[in-house]
Amino acid sequence: MALDKATVAHIARLARLRVEDKDLEPMARELDGILAWIEQLNEVDTSGVEPMASVVDARLPRRKDEVIDGGQAEKILANATGAAHGFFTVPKVVE
Amino acid sequence: MAIRGETGEWEVVIGLEVHAQIVSRAKLFSGAATAFGAEPNTQVSFVDAAFPGMLPVINEVCVSQAVRTGLGLEAEINLRSVFDRKNYFYADLPAGYQISQYLQPIVGKGTLTLDMPDGTIKTVGITRLHLEQDAGKSLHDQDPRLSYVDLNRSGIALMEIVSEPDMRTAEEAGLYLKKLRSIMRYLGTCDGNMDEGSMRADVNVSVRKPGAPLGTRCEIKNVNSMRYVQQAIEYESRRQVEIIEGGGTIAQETRLFDSRQSTTRPMRSKEHAHDYRYFPDPDLLPLVLDPEWVEELRRALPELPDTKKARFMREYSLTPYDAGVLVADRETAAYYEAVARGRDGKLVANWVMGELFGRLNKAGKSVSDSPVSAAAVGELVDLVADGTISGRTAKDVFDEMFATGKGARAIVKAKGLTQITDTGAIEAAIDGVIAANAEKFEQVRAGKDALLGWFVGQVMKATGGKANPASVNEMLRKKAKG
Repeated sequence: MALDKATVAHIARLARLRVEDKDLEPMARELDGILAWIEQLNEVDTSGVEPMASVVDARLPRRKDEVIDGGQAEKILANATGAAHGFFTVPKVVE
Repeated sequence: MAIRGETGEWEVVIGLEVHAQIVSRAKLFSGAATAFGAEPNTQVSFVDAAFPGMLPVINEVCVSQAVRTGLGLEAEINLRSVFDRKNYFYADLPAGYQISQYLQPIVGKGTLTLDMPDGTIKTVGITRLHLEQDAGKSLHDQDPRLSYVDLNRSGIALMEIVSEPDMRTAEEAGLYLKKLRSIMRYLGTCDGNMDEGSMRADVNVSVRKPGAPLGTRCEIKNVNSMRYVQQAIEYESRRQVEIIEGGGTIAQETRLFDSRQSTTRPMRSKEHAHDYRYFPDPDLLPLVLDPEWVEELRRALPELPDTKKARFMREYSLTPYDAGVLVADRETAAYYEAVARGRDGKLVANWVMGELFGRLNKAGKSVSDSPVSAAAVGELVDLVADGTISGRTAKDVFDEMFATGKGARAIVKAKGLTQITDTGAIEAAIDGVIAANAEKFEQVRAGKDALLGWFVGQVMKATGGKANPASVNEMLRKKAKG
């Protein structure tokens, strides 16, 4: 599949990555190469094969419904770029 | 609600996506608490704050709550379901994705019945129910330049319950929400408290000419009260009809409800955001359920509103409407049944729905904190049934029971309200009234029936309301003839 500049710009926006306009073209080529490589997998006939969710044959582990965590607001906020009155603070985002 | 436009009738088509907070102590994938109203960020684990390297571990009770809700909606339970990441950026979503279920939800197709006010039933299809995490909460009014973020809600388990576009009026949408809430409250899977955000709805609305294919829909996000849902539908459907009749077309978009103006407006930030790039969450294996375990949950379900309603109609000879009102709330149904067992169900329904509900409403109380117990109402109903007091006196006694919490028998005894069954005493009272109003009684004799009621009233007054009005009436008639 061939990626165009606009698609790369869209993906970058969704991922919140700033990509300069001059870098879009080379990046499209790079991503194209990666996709072409991955697409070789399409050559394998997988009809009748269950999709594999994990390499380990394990059951999803479950927890009991018990409160065993929390009560550590200062630790939660320790690395925040902004905090006030126990809240995280961010530049105003309002609808 | 067919809307009348300039070009004739339009049909409104409504589907609802309800986000219902699961009742559990801990969150969906962490051991932090879910209680409402805690100090900010005090109920947050490193998983909920998306600290690097933290792994989600699913809470087994959240799973059983979702399955039980599915069973309550008579839905297919998918024994294998998959958690996906729904990717988007927002300040109150620390991981940059929400763990949700996309292609393989835990619950599939089901049904919900609406009890229409005319006693009929309408069926609404349930498309699916899936498990997902809630996001944190943003406060925008605390600072001129900053938004405040509290992650206490982040990671709390939600059920997203999606209906088919089967509703046609704002009223039906309201009944759907009421019924869904009622079922979840019976099951104890969601407390249904819309004020605290435990139940929120996204409303999908489109319009079409009757019989035409579905029109383009708009989704109104996060409407948080039954009344607002109805107002949003009324406004949005009219807006769409006006656009189409004006020669325009409806753009599929996400809109917000403005509760102050009862209008909807487009949501700007979502323009680019509809590309969620779902993919299976590599941190979580598929959720596989044991069919035996599901059957155990099914066997342990309580009697649900529809079944209870049918039984109340059968066992207590109630109308569909009365039965529907009484079963809507589990506590009310239990209260009613405690009074009605072994008594006249219809009579008890009148007391509970008329006298009790009226007084509770006025006092701003619910059945669970009623000052009058079910046993006490039963005692009062018995006193009327065996003729100890008249129905009229009973209402006064009920007032006093409600105000003081005293028993019916005690009040009747203390106030000497026992009905006079001694005909001699009633006759004496009647003779007294006739003697004092001889001229009027002549008119009764002459056939002026309307005056008879006045005489009954006078005798009741003379006996302090303790005579039986029916027998007073009868005795007066005999005297008029004789």
